[in-house]
Amino acid sequence: MKLKKGIPVIDQADKLGFWGGKFGGNFVPETLKKPIEDLEKQFNKLKSNKKFIKERDKYFKNWIGTPTRFIKLNNLTRHVGGAQIWSKVVSDANGGAHKIYNATVHCLLAKRSGKKVIIGDTGAGYAGKMLSMAAKKFGLKCKIFMGAKDIYRQQPNVKAMKKNGADVIPVYSGSQTLVDAVSECMRYWVANCDTTAMCVGSTVGPAIFVRICGWSTSQISRELKVQLMNEFGDIPKKIKLYNCVGGGSSSFGFWNEFMDYDKKQVEFIGVEAGGPAKSKRHAAPLTYGSKIGILHGAAQYVNQNNDGQIEETESISAGLDYPGISPLHCFLKDTKRARYTAASDEEALKAYQTVTKYENLRPSLEPSHAFSVAIKEAKRLSKDTIVIINSCGDAYKDRGILEKKLGKKYVKSN
Amino acid sequence: MLNPISLAFKKTKKEMRPALITYTVAGDSSKKQSLEILKAISNYADILEVGVPHNTPVADGGQIQTSAYRAIKNGIKMNDIFEIVSDFKKSKNSKPVIFMGYYNMIFQYGENNFIKQCKKSGVNGLIVVDLPWPENKVFSKKCKKNSINFIQLLSPTTSNKRLKSITKDSHDMIYYISMLSTTGGKLKESPKKILANYKKIKYINPKKNCVIGFGITEKTISNFKNTDGLVVGSQICKEITRSLSSRQNPVINVSKLVSKLRKKIS
Repeated sequence: MKLKKGIPVIDQADKLGFWGGKFGGNFVPETLKKPIEDLEKQFNKLKSNKKFIKERDKYFKNWIGTPTRFIKLNNLTRHVGGAQIWSKVVSDANGGAHKIYNATVHCLLAKRSGKKVIIGDTGAGYAGKMLSMAAKKFGLKCKIFMGAKDIYRQQPNVKAMKKNGADVIPVYSGSQTLVDAVSECMRYWVANCDTTAMCVGSTVGPAIFVRICGWSTSQISRELKVQLMNEFGDIPKKIKLYNCVGGGSSSFGFWNEFMDYDKKQVEFIGVEAGGPAKSKRHAAPLTYGSKIGILHGAAQYVNQNNDGQIEETESISAGLDYPGISPLHCFLKDTKRARYTAASDEEALKAYQTVTKYENLRPSLEPSHAFSVAIKEAKRLSKDTIVIINSCGDAYKDRGILEKKLGKKYVKSN
Repeated sequence: MLNPISLAFKKTKKEMRPALITYTVAGDSSKKQSLEILKAISNYADILEVGVPHNTPVADGGQIQTSAYRAIKNGIKMNDIFEIVSDFKKSKNSKPVIFMGYYNMIFQYGENNFIKQCKKSGVNGLIVVDLPWPENKVFSKKCKKNSINFIQLLSPTTSNKRLKSITKDSHDMIYYISMLSTTGGKLKESPKKILANYKKIKYINPKKNCVIGFGITEKTISNFKNTDGLVVGSQICKEITRSLSSRQNPVINVSKLVSKLRKKIS
C-alpha cells in the first residue's frame, strides 16, 4: 500500500472508492446508489470549478472567518520545557469548531442541486450546530440526528441547534451515541433521498462523504502553511502536528497540505479516545489494533466482536465516541504516514487543566486528548522542534461535564 | 435441476398466485422460538427469509430493528443462526431459506467459509442489503458456483442502465424495493406505480422471478396478486413484539397472521 505524491489523498481512491484497495468503498443499500452517484458527479465537477471555489472562499472568509489564529503558547512551552508549543486555534471559526467547513460546503452543494432539506448526524453537537447554522444561512430546512445520551451531555450545542431552527431528533437505539445517530440519519436518507440532502458530519460514511469532508476541512492546513511561512520564513525542519481523532475530519484537514513532506520533517500524530482508564470500551480502533469491518458504508478499522456486531464505546468526549475511524486514517496508518496513539478520559481532563492554567485557551475535551499527548512528548523534544496542536473545538459545550468532573470553581475561573 | 427457490416459484405459478415470502429475524426472541416460528409459518409461506440480526442496520426501520436488537441481546451468534436453519431444514415441512443481512457479518465470517456453512446448513439464497452491484460481482459469482442464489436488489432510484446490468448479472430471483423507505414504512407509492416499475423489470427479462418487498402488509398485499412473489417482514416482526408485550404466544399469533396473508393472495 502506497501513498502517492502530488495527488490529493481524497482523490487517491480507486474506481469503487477504496483507498489502498481496502479502506472505504460504498457499502450502501441500492436505493442510495443513485443519490450518491449524483453527489459524486456534482462534487467532481465543482471541486475544480473556479467560480465554485471563489464562492466557497467568500463564505469561508466573510462568514466563517478565516484564517483562524496560529499562536505560540509561551507559558505552556516554558512550563513543559522542551519543544516550542504552538496551537492552531480552529475554534476561532464561526460556531466554535472545524465542523463549520464541511457543513458550509454541503449546504452549498445542496443549494445548487435544488434540495430544500438537509439532514446530518452529530455526536458532540458541533457538526449539528454548524449544519444548523449553515442551513439557516442558505435557507435550507435542517434535521439533526443525535443520540439521546449525547443530547443529555452536550446541552449547550443542542440549544444552539434549536435556536437556529433545526429539528433535533433524539436517537434511542443501541448505545444512544454518535454511531446510532449516523445509522438513523442514513436510514432517514434512504427514505427521503429524492428531496433531501445528507451531510455526514465527519470523514466517514460512503466514499463521497469522506472526500467532501476532507476537501472542506483542508482549509485548516492551507491556512497553517501560509502562517508557518509568515512566522518562520519557511516550513521549519522539525514539525509535529497533534490532533485528536474521532471520525477524523479535523486531523485530516490539519494534515492534508503537508502530506507530501517527509515525515521526518512534518510528523502527524493522531490521538484517539482511550476512554476511562482501564476501560475496554475504548474508541481507539487504530491504537488498539481493531480488525477491518464495515460501518456506515465504509470498510475501516472498527471495534467489533467476532461475529461482526459493532461494539459500544465509552469516552468523556462525545465527539470522539465512535467505534470506527475514517478510511483516510486507516490508509495513513497502513502507509505509515501518520502515527496514532490514545489518551484516556483522565489524561484529557488533566491536559485541559494544564492548558487553561497556563494559557488563555479553552480546548474542548476532544482536542484536550491531543494536548495531553503533545505535552507529554514535547518534554523530550529539542527546542527547535515545533509542536502544533489543533485546538479544533471550544470547551463551552463541555461546561456540564467539566463542572461535574473538576468542580464549579474551576470552570467559572476560566 | 432447478434449485429449490426456482422450484417454489414454479409451484406458485402453477397455482396462479404470487409466492409468499416471510421475513423473521433469527433468534427473535430466542433461538428456540425463532425456529418454532419458522416451522409454524412454513405451512403457509413459500420461501422463508431469515434475517441475520446486525446492530448498525442502515436500511431497517423500527420494527425489524427491535427484533434484531432483541435477538442480539439474547445472545444469538452466527453459528446459532446456521444451526437454526439446519434444524429447520430437517423438519418435515421445510421450505427454501434465504438469509437477509448486512455484509460485515459475512466479511467477518470469511466469504468462503460463510458460503460453505450456508451450503452445509441448507441456506438456498442470500440478500446482502449493503453489498450493491457492481461491488457484489465477485461474491455473487462465488455464490452461484456453490448453487446459492445471490439475490440482487432493485429500487425506484435504480437507473434504466443499472436495471439492465443488474438483471443481467442476477440469478433466478430479484427483489424490487417498492418505494423510498426503510423496511416497515407505510406504503407511500400507489400500487399502480409500483406495478408499472415491476413490469419494467419483467420486460427486461421475463424469466427472472421478481418479488416486491417494503410496505407489504395484510392491508396492501391483495393489490399485488399478479406478481411473482411478495415479501412481508415488518408486520411479522411487529406481531412478535406485540405478542411478547401482551404475554401471548408469538408462534401462534405469527402463524395466524401468515395464514391470513396467504389467503389474501390465494
